[in-house]
Amino acid sequence: MKNSRILRTLSTALRRAAYGLPLAMTLTATSGQAADELNALVWCDHTDPALIQPFEEKFGVKVNLKEYEGTGAALAIIEQSQPGDWDVLVLDGVDVPRVAETGLLAELPQDQMPLDDVFDAVQMRDMTFKDGKMYAIMEKFGYNVISYNKEKVDPADMRDLSMLWSDKYKGRIAVYDYYIPLMDLVALKMGVKPSDITADILPEMKKELFKLKENSVMVGDVVASSTALAVGEADILVGGGEWAVSVLSAEQPELDWVLPEQGGMLWSQALAVFDSSEKKDLAVEFVKYIMSPEGQARLATSSCFWGMPANAKARDALTEQQRTALRWDEQEGFLANSHRYFIPDADLDGQMLDTWTEFLQH
Amino acid sequence: MQRQLPRHANSRPARSRFGGDGLRAWGFLLPALCWTLAFFVLPLAIMAVYSLWQRVGYKVVTDISVQNYTAFFEKSFLYESLINSLEVTVMVTLISILLAYPLAYILAEKVPPRWQRIALILAILPFWTSYVVRSYSWILVLSEGGILSNFLLDIGLTSEPVSFANSRGATVIGFVHFFVMLLTLTIFANLVQLPKNYRRAAADLGAGPIRTFIHIILPLTLPGIMVGAFLTFVLCIGDYITPAILGGKRELLLPQTIMLQIERRSDFPTASALAMILMAVVSVVYAACARWLKLDRM
Repeated sequence: MKNSRILRTLSTALRRAAYGLPLAMTLTATSGQAADELNALVWCDHTDPALIQPFEEKFGVKVNLKEYEGTGAALAIIEQSQPGDWDVLVLDGVDVPRVAETGLLAELPQDQMPLDDVFDAVQMRDMTFKDGKMYAIMEKFGYNVISYNKEKVDPADMRDLSMLWSDKYKGRIAVYDYYIPLMDLVALKMGVKPSDITADILPEMKKELFKLKENSVMVGDVVASSTALAVGEADILVGGGEWAVSVLSAEQPELDWVLPEQGGMLWSQALAVFDSSEKKDLAVEFVKYIMSPEGQARLATSSCFWGMPANAKARDALTEQQRTALRWDEQEGFLANSHRYFIPDADLDGQMLDTWTEFLQH
Repeated sequence: MQRQLPRHANSRPARSRFGGDGLRAWGFLLPALCWTLAFFVLPLAIMAVYSLWQRVGYKVVTDISVQNYTAFFEKSFLYESLINSLEVTVMVTLISILLAYPLAYILAEKVPPRWQRIALILAILPFWTSYVVRSYSWILVLSEGGILSNFLLDIGLTSEPVSFANSRGATVIGFVHFFVMLLTLTIFANLVQLPKNYRRAAADLGAGPIRTFIHIILPLTLPGIMVGAFLTFVLCIGDYITPAILGGKRELLLPQTIMLQIERRSDFPTASALAMILMAVVSVVYAACARWLKLDRM
């Protein structure tokens, strides 16, 4: 490493010390990649060897994976890194515009991307394109809806959001702890479109949340809430979906999920290449591999969590059991009745988080 | 009786502040000093500065203000998380002391010296398991259909499966399981240092076992209890994992509220202010316990 680079590294580390030393350590760990390596900042589903190994073997490279949660954490890691340290980024679909706005992402070669094979509702060109240039491609999607144990609850009830507020399932409900999709679901129950949420309806929303809390047995993150459903601590997971139960479909076929009639929240994750990558060609090959039907099927059924592959051609690469667990045949209706995450402005975001914190404290 | 010499009376005085032994002392001290400065004082100072900034929109504004601190007292759900933390921590500390003392006493007084090492290893075995794994294991014990529920069903104490998970009680159990071991070690270390003659002298003067314990043994083991209790308090009040896994977010403790600010909004200024308040609480507790925190008696 050249002296100037060392000085720059030190300078950056000191300037950004406020972000925390662990991140500075990440910087050290990821600096100086070898020519036959690709560095990817990913969600946990990309860390499945069954997904990555075929690419590594085909191209004779090592893919170094750094797992993160939340776009904020990814941006902090990037902030701590040197340009060129990272090649590939997996990020929340709704965050693509703001990350692209920063200039971090490289333009993807549209002619090499299977965009036409991606489900229409998942292409989200308004998010992945800017000024006619493509900066990311949606690779996987799913829903924040209702997961349940069909041996313990009436599956027909699960198609009606309001049943979760009735006394029938009091004490049998787990709630996924993520305020945006959960408050969006509460809005749908109230008959309000998530995109129409304003500060004016927050008091009413708070009452609905408090009632939901009284019916619930726990509120937890991805692991805790999924575990509650898997071990029988709860029979219903609000905010769950295929991501919470499909990976268990072989061992626990009694766990299922559904999108209720009032609608559900659509989550998506996107794949992008860093503009500062010194291995853009290889990074693009990685994107092409992930977007291929085989790569998509492996990503969809990753050992970390399952989700729908964005590429509809992955259908034939999935088994019948996998398609059933993902409710493949209902996707058309589900996509039509689902909404993207509502992205509030900063002030409303703060008020929504305060409301959610009150809900947790209730 | 032989007059007691002042402590370190026989040790050589340092020749100068920076020469000879003094220099060597600084040499030994420097690594720890640098470590503390780099990984405690500097981060703490950064956090203190950050707590006076504000997050406006999606950006951090560097205007100095105590707004984040006033918000803590204005928003009930924020200060309630501190009250919850204090309640849980005090409960855990007291229960851990009550369970750890008899265990340490039996280990120190009733177990033959040659078995003490093995008994101590058995006592601290839970430390060898991953903290997170141990917390999740408790869910399997406490949840509906778990070991405890099945046991109560088998002995007829309940006719329906019951759940103890996802509650404050579960959080307390998870904490106590861990901290009893810590307190056992500090109290044991204190107990084995007590000369046997103290008990004999008390007996000669007519004191029974209970009186000897209350007036001689307990006061002399107070430093061990207080060191363990303080460590328990500090580790417990700052813990995020156990309440997140076992508490089921039925309520929020302060570390969870801090994490919420960071994870969901990247609101480092508010999170820093809450962390400084937590730090202040720990400092107050330290000040209150300082007279008993005699590490040289450990």
